[in-house]
Amino acid sequence: MESYLFPFDNLLCMLLGISFTVWFTLLLVFIIVPAVFGVSFGIRRLYMNTLLKIFEWATLRMERGAKEKNQQLYKPYSNGIIAKEPASLEQEIQEMRRSGSGLGGAEFDMSDIFYFCRRGVESIVDDEVTKRFTAEELESWNLLTRSNYNFHHISTRLTVLWGLGVLIRYGILLPLRVTLAFTGVGLLVFLTSIIGLLPNGGMKSFLSEKVHLMCYRICVRALTAIITYHDSENKPKNGGICVANHTSPIDVIILASDGCYAMVGQVHGGLMGVIQRAMVKACPHIWFERSEVKDRHLVAKRLSDHVADKSKLPILIFPEGTCINNTSVMMFKKGSFEIGCTVYPVAIKYDPRFGEAFWNSSKFGMVNYLLHMMSSWAIVCSVWYLPPMSREEGEDAVQFANRVKAAIARKGGLADLLWDGGLKREKVKEVFKEEQQKLYSKVLVGGEED
Amino acid sequence: MGSRASSLLREEDIEEIKKETGFSHSQITRLYSRFHSLDKGENGALSREDFQRIPELAINPLGDRIINAFFPEGEDQVNFRGFMRTLAHFRPVEDNEKNKDPSAGEPLNSRNNKLLFAFRLYDLDRDDKISRDELLQVLRMMVGVNISDEQLGSIADRTIQEADTNGDMCISFSEFIKVLEKVDVEQKMSIRFLH
Repeated sequence: MESYLFPFDNLLCMLLGISFTVWFTLLLVFIIVPAVFGVSFGIRRLYMNTLLKIFEWATLRMERGAKEKNQQLYKPYSNGIIAKEPASLEQEIQEMRRSGSGLGGAEFDMSDIFYFCRRGVESIVDDEVTKRFTAEELESWNLLTRSNYNFHHISTRLTVLWGLGVLIRYGILLPLRVTLAFTGVGLLVFLTSIIGLLPNGGMKSFLSEKVHLMCYRICVRALTAIITYHDSENKPKNGGICVANHTSPIDVIILASDGCYAMVGQVHGGLMGVIQRAMVKACPHIWFERSEVKDRHLVAKRLSDHVADKSKLPILIFPEGTCINNTSVMMFKKGSFEIGCTVYPVAIKYDPRFGEAFWNSSKFGMVNYLLHMMSSWAIVCSVWYLPPMSREEGEDAVQFANRVKAAIARKGGLADLLWDGGLKREKVKEVFKEEQQKLYSKVLVGGEED
Repeated sequence: MGSRASSLLREEDIEEIKKETGFSHSQITRLYSRFHSLDKGENGALSREDFQRIPELAINPLGDRIINAFFPEGEDQVNFRGFMRTLAHFRPVEDNEKNKDPSAGEPLNSRNNKLLFAFRLYDLDRDDKISRDELLQVLRMMVGVNISDEQLGSIADRTIQEADTNGDMCISFSEFIKVLEKVDVEQKMSIRFLH
């Protein structure tokens, strides 16, 4: 029996060996080498355009299928479920009273309740905040089960295509990307540790920059991220702070593959901790111990010290403090805007058709999230570098933060909200309800005075 | 992600809800998706906490009263049918509906039913009349700490005086309707649902 297996065994080994070598060479030539030198063959764009055509075809088929069965396709409420009128409390109540009893500005009327009632029910049907903490719904299907709302309308052809997609994504793309991810991270840790042995000086910073860029570029390819950078003349410079809207941990990789930044964050254990310790050997990043994070003065001091030293890289901060689903920009925490240096705003907008980048941390853990990322088609995004801004005379940190936020929202085509991203986990503060009560009281009492 | 939500709703259910509430097919599926996204426990029903998680509702001075209106007497959970039934009160009144079959009963979004919804916001103990106490409590919810007890008391007294016709110092539903007869209830208590 064994003599029969022997030649097969040999043949199998040879085949495996050859395919491995071929695969690795392709990997090296098409992915790692361009990453090192920062060039691109344009393969990813071609891939992106082909995918778009396939998605459109898939949606048309689903619509046809639905029509045949005489049913309706579920359309996401991207235009909203209801039409709201943006009138203020005073306006609406005065209007109601005028039309009712003919006396504008009279005191309490039983119909006043209608305003609160309608507003309340409107917010139950569609509110501005809760929908920002779940992934955006797509207009057309992108052949991923996780974003399909119309299961029963899939025809056989579509199922075959979907099956093919699953094979490609999990069989080819996923292992490829995982390999690249390990390579990228491994190289980062290894090379930064080596550079850490060099004496501080120009050579060290130069090498550190090159190493960081190279490893981030490999990571970008590990996600098949197709990024378009706009207005690169506004790239952040030393001695400044770069602020951007936050959608996922990948934001860091996307920005850092195009420029060098000093990262800010909490010290973690495990793999993250290893990476953090290695990175800080090559160039100064700002890592805080858990206990230090609560101390706002300490945080502010360390940031200002870093910024004052012009030889250190610009700091990268995400003032929202939490991941938002990339349809809006939520309240910016004022801490980074109190430091008093130049702020370089950056707007990041993802295209959700190819892969949902938003990390819903209450639903998925980090590993699950990365798995989703690496088994999507691609991560497509646009990055806009906005012109630098500084705090103006007579402007306080909160107003400055809002100004920067408005600029980022405008550029990225996102909604500009005043709500705090922390509402993802916490209850809203009582003080906002008290404001509403005060406004209404003014209408009541104001009426008594005439 | 409201992704699988629409597939959990059966066509028969959608038809029934359509008949009962008057919403269109696409409106019902979208509202189901919304219901599903509010249902954090994923048990097919909403609790009071699920509603309170909406920041804009939490800062509404009458938020708790509105939430209460969704829950039938003594219950802590509201399912999708109940949710839709309550929302149906806020559908705008369309002209062609006025010519509908009279034996089908009054539609949920009639002027009368809208007024009844508002009346129930005031009527805390559900005894079909608004007492001075109840009116005071609701007023206090709306103004917070900004108006004194005496002022609020006199506002309540004045309101009851103007509305009360049978002298029982309470406002019944018919007295309530009379007070608001000139107000455009159909418009003020309607939400423009998109198709």
